[in-house]
Amino acid sequence: MLDPIREGAVWAIMGLPFGSFAIITLVSFLGLSRSGAWNPRFSGYLTVAAMLGAFLLSLWAFDTVVDSDGARAGFDAHKWLHIGPLYVSVGITLDGLSGVMLVVVTGVSLLVQVYSQEYMRGDEGYNRYFAFMSLFSMSMLGLILASSILQLFVFWELVGLCSYLLIGFWFQKDSARKAATKAFLVTRIGDLGFMIGLLIVYTEVGTLDITAIHNAAIAGAIGSSALTWFALGLFAGAAGKSAQFPLHVWLPDAMEGPTPVSALIHAATMVAAGVYLVARFFPVFAESEDALFTVALIGSITALIAALLGIVATDIKRVMAYSTISQLGYMMMGLGVGGLVAAIFHLFTHAFFKALLFLGAGSVNHATGTFDMRKMGGLATFMPITFGTVLVASLSLIGVFPLAGFWSKDEILADAWKDRPWVFFVALTAVFMTALYVGRMLILTFAGEYRGGEEGGHGGADQRHGTPHESPWLMTLPLLILAVMAVVAGFLNLGDWLGKIIEGWVPPETEELVTKSDFSLWIATASVGLGIAGLLVAWAVYQVRILESKAIEAFLQPIPEILENRYYLDALYQSFLVQTVLLGGLGAVVSLWDRYIVDGVVNGVARVTAWTSAQMRIAQAGQAQLYGAVMLVGSVAAVVTVLVAGGS
Amino acid sequence: MLTIAIFLPLAGALGIALLPKRQEQHARAIATAYSAAVLAVVTYLFIAYDRGDSGYQFVDSTKWFESDLTNFTLNYAVGVDGLSLPLLALTSFLSLVAILISWRVDLRPKEYFAWLLVLETSLMGVFSSLDFVLFFLFWEVELIPMYFLISIWGSGNRVYSAWKYVLYTFFGSAFMITGILTLGFTAGTFDVRELAQIGEIEGAVIPAWAIFSLIIIAFLIKLPIVPFHTWLPDAHTDAPTAVSVILAGVLLKMGGYGILRMSFSIMPDVAKDADVLLAAVAATGIIYGAVMTLVQTDLKRLIAYSSVSHMGYVLLGASSIGLVGMTGAATQLVTHGLLTGMLFVLVGMVYDRAHTRDIGQLSGLAQRMPFITVMMLVAGLGSLGLPALAGFAAEVTVFLGTFERHEALTILGVIGVAFAAGYILWTIQRVFWGEATERWADLTDATAWWERGPLLALTLAIVSIGVYPAWIMDLLRDGVSPIAERLA
Repeated sequence: MLDPIREGAVWAIMGLPFGSFAIITLVSFLGLSRSGAWNPRFSGYLTVAAMLGAFLLSLWAFDTVVDSDGARAGFDAHKWLHIGPLYVSVGITLDGLSGVMLVVVTGVSLLVQVYSQEYMRGDEGYNRYFAFMSLFSMSMLGLILASSILQLFVFWELVGLCSYLLIGFWFQKDSARKAATKAFLVTRIGDLGFMIGLLIVYTEVGTLDITAIHNAAIAGAIGSSALTWFALGLFAGAAGKSAQFPLHVWLPDAMEGPTPVSALIHAATMVAAGVYLVARFFPVFAESEDALFTVALIGSITALIAALLGIVATDIKRVMAYSTISQLGYMMMGLGVGGLVAAIFHLFTHAFFKALLFLGAGSVNHATGTFDMRKMGGLATFMPITFGTVLVASLSLIGVFPLAGFWSKDEILADAWKDRPWVFFVALTAVFMTALYVGRMLILTFAGEYRGGEEGGHGGADQRHGTPHESPWLMTLPLLILAVMAVVAGFLNLGDWLGKIIEGWVPPETEELVTKSDFSLWIATASVGLGIAGLLVAWAVYQVRILESKAIEAFLQPIPEILENRYYLDALYQSFLVQTVLLGGLGAVVSLWDRYIVDGVVNGVARVTAWTSAQMRIAQAGQAQLYGAVMLVGSVAAVVTVLVAGGS
Repeated sequence: MLTIAIFLPLAGALGIALLPKRQEQHARAIATAYSAAVLAVVTYLFIAYDRGDSGYQFVDSTKWFESDLTNFTLNYAVGVDGLSLPLLALTSFLSLVAILISWRVDLRPKEYFAWLLVLETSLMGVFSSLDFVLFFLFWEVELIPMYFLISIWGSGNRVYSAWKYVLYTFFGSAFMITGILTLGFTAGTFDVRELAQIGEIEGAVIPAWAIFSLIIIAFLIKLPIVPFHTWLPDAHTDAPTAVSVILAGVLLKMGGYGILRMSFSIMPDVAKDADVLLAAVAATGIIYGAVMTLVQTDLKRLIAYSSVSHMGYVLLGASSIGLVGMTGAATQLVTHGLLTGMLFVLVGMVYDRAHTRDIGQLSGLAQRMPFITVMMLVAGLGSLGLPALAGFAAEVTVFLGTFERHEALTILGVIGVAFAAGYILWTIQRVFWGEATERWADLTDATAWWERGPLLALTLAIVSIGVYPAWIMDLLRDGVSPIAERLA
């Protein structure tokens, strides 16, 4: 409809939030905020204005890719670094895939920033919060738009940095500082794979340009084992960012940040990056059956184990965190069965209902001062808008017809049935478990009697405000908008409208490998049926209590205990691998070796030298020993060499 | 012009030495003025440098000493190319930083600032010498100010550490001078430019690989490599802050510079054969240093050991024997100088205020000193290789250049980067985050201009290299490419 977007305008999509970051940082450095010249509220307004601008430009960019049916817009890359054979460029990839992502990221970010205006009001770190949030959005947008894999990696790491800074936003809290470090380190383990993959592909192809890598992969210019390792390396990176087993452990702790940060991390930035990365390199993955199988397998494991954890968690944000992990597993399953469109479509719908769930949790916390569902209950009457919107998001998450989640989940199921039936059964099982934990969460939070909330809690602005009440309009408005999206976003792919755009950039050779399946009534019925069955079980156990949950727990031991200890993975990583093996074992051994063997030898030599120089000092009456020693060593060597060399 | 830049600090040192005792408080102002003047001259050289010309520029050369007996000539010859110019800039920049952050030194200030300036002259000389013997002289002169600076103004076991440093360097130097003389007499010249043209050294009394080993051992000790690294944590820990900054920021770079400028360009054939060995040594140092860093409890020792790990990337890049890897190595010299220099400045500021460097005792400093904390994040994140800060550009170039030749060893290097994230973030978590304890309630932030100015300047340099590294890497590439051609 509109004219095609120009390159400068695409850069501005990330330039605007960067500008707001830069201005807020500068203002803080100059101390204008402390002196009163800069009202902290300005930081909030500036961030919202920048995101609004970025959102509008993203719509323009999206319009451009719609007009081109998702084909890539031709922008030239620019030289960044050139050392002989190494040519690194920076440029823009604007196609159906990145166009959709742009809209999701800027749209959700905008709503989250609006919500934050109220949620973070009065926090000491108000300026810092909006500076980091701006940088976070900028980094994610930069990642999406990158045209070279190194450029992508740069923003990939910046996304990690911002999540580190925001998870540890309340850095004085012990749990927050630990969660921040954990998030950065665990994702960095995955990034090792990314970096090694990058090195492999550069060595094989000699370029870092993403399209050139795609073409090389399709043309068979990359050896099959190198290609598989490259894909697996990328997937390791994706598994870190997108919280896939066994690197998922950072995400549940990441809720230590302010709740709007969680909404952003879980919906639009950070965790979406991993799925995007695999999708971006889908032409490479499609060439390697081993890589696709790994993606499907890890996705399946992740979807199941996280859903199980969601059933036992008592913290509402933790339930949602496990839900995110599980849903990311779905997306990976989708990619693993070749369902590029289905996976990205699910990422798209998930962004809306998951952002809504987190903002809803923040709203609940705003009212009760706690995230512990055992202290909530009966909030439906106090907070009708929050309840209504969270209910919509929950049903969308379960995949109830005709909400957004239904359509995208159904596509993944149908693709799985066609490509790898075992994945289909895993996905179907996870549907039931999703409904179970969602039902439990809804009942514990909103039904029954109010159980009193808590004083204080998460510090900063996450503070209690008396008796439960509905949140102010700046918080409920984003909820309402997201609720509308959680209902209607699924219709965008009726007739494969959105799907055609999402895969419009895929080369024809790869397109043959993309799994496409038609709507199948029995699959849809099965998934909705299992979803409702899950809700009914939750209702039976937690509401009418036909079965006592304690009795079930006792019957199922030791499973609940394993779940409550999160499969002992955190213990394995922290106590065993880090404390015992790395610090206690390797570190201690190397440290002793360094002190007693390496330095011991040195000190021995030094003692001999000191003795020698003491003798010399006697001979030379002890002056200028330092220079004397230099002269001695040097001239002896010189004389010897001159004689030897001269004689030959 | 270049000669002026080299000896200007020495002139300043003489001026300070002549200062009457009762005016010794002016020493710091004189030192600041002189080192600022050096920085200005080097900045001029940086701008006036012709980037189209890959040879040595601003060459000053005179015959210095001639001997009929064995038929050799020693020249005073200095000049810069793309490899040495950024290192000269780094030296003059960090020297000024070191002098500024010493503003409060009041123990024998005359001598202190004079020695710092002498040190600067010797370092400038090392990076611009075009004669191997002259290079060696500057290399040795550096020891004298270092010995006094550590043993008089240091802390802890300072005399032991100073001696250890000196003896270690002697040990290497003895080998190096033997190698230099053998090389020079065989080739009939000590001129680095001429030596590099010869290609293969023939007819020496000892095999070429032996000459190569004699010379490179001194550079490797300086770098340092494991197991010749133990002088470094001691010297760093006991040296005064400014000296730690110079030590980590510039002195270690002499080793890396020597490897590229001397060992590799003069004896390319031997270097090519030694590549696997060098890469293995590098990878060992990276991992060994990283593990040692993880278990340190003293902030200064921690950063000292992280240097052992990070300088491994210089050797790893060099061992690629290719343009990309060696340019990465050269860049790592500059970026590590900035980042670690900044880390030492910051740790010094914390130590000055808290009078302890024990990580276990520090906590929650972010609330007491927000400015220092932000700066610490910049330097720390840069050090762990975060993109958009300087360290990443160097390290990723090293990896890209080296992977093809040494796959497995490069992967070890990549793993070292994850370790770096571990020790840096863990340290920040323990020292700066967390609850603000009563004990540190009186700590003040950095507010003086001589504290903030250097930190902001360092930040600017680190960010600008990180965001657009080409402005410095193009220069380094052009400096490295003649060496790479000889190795091809």
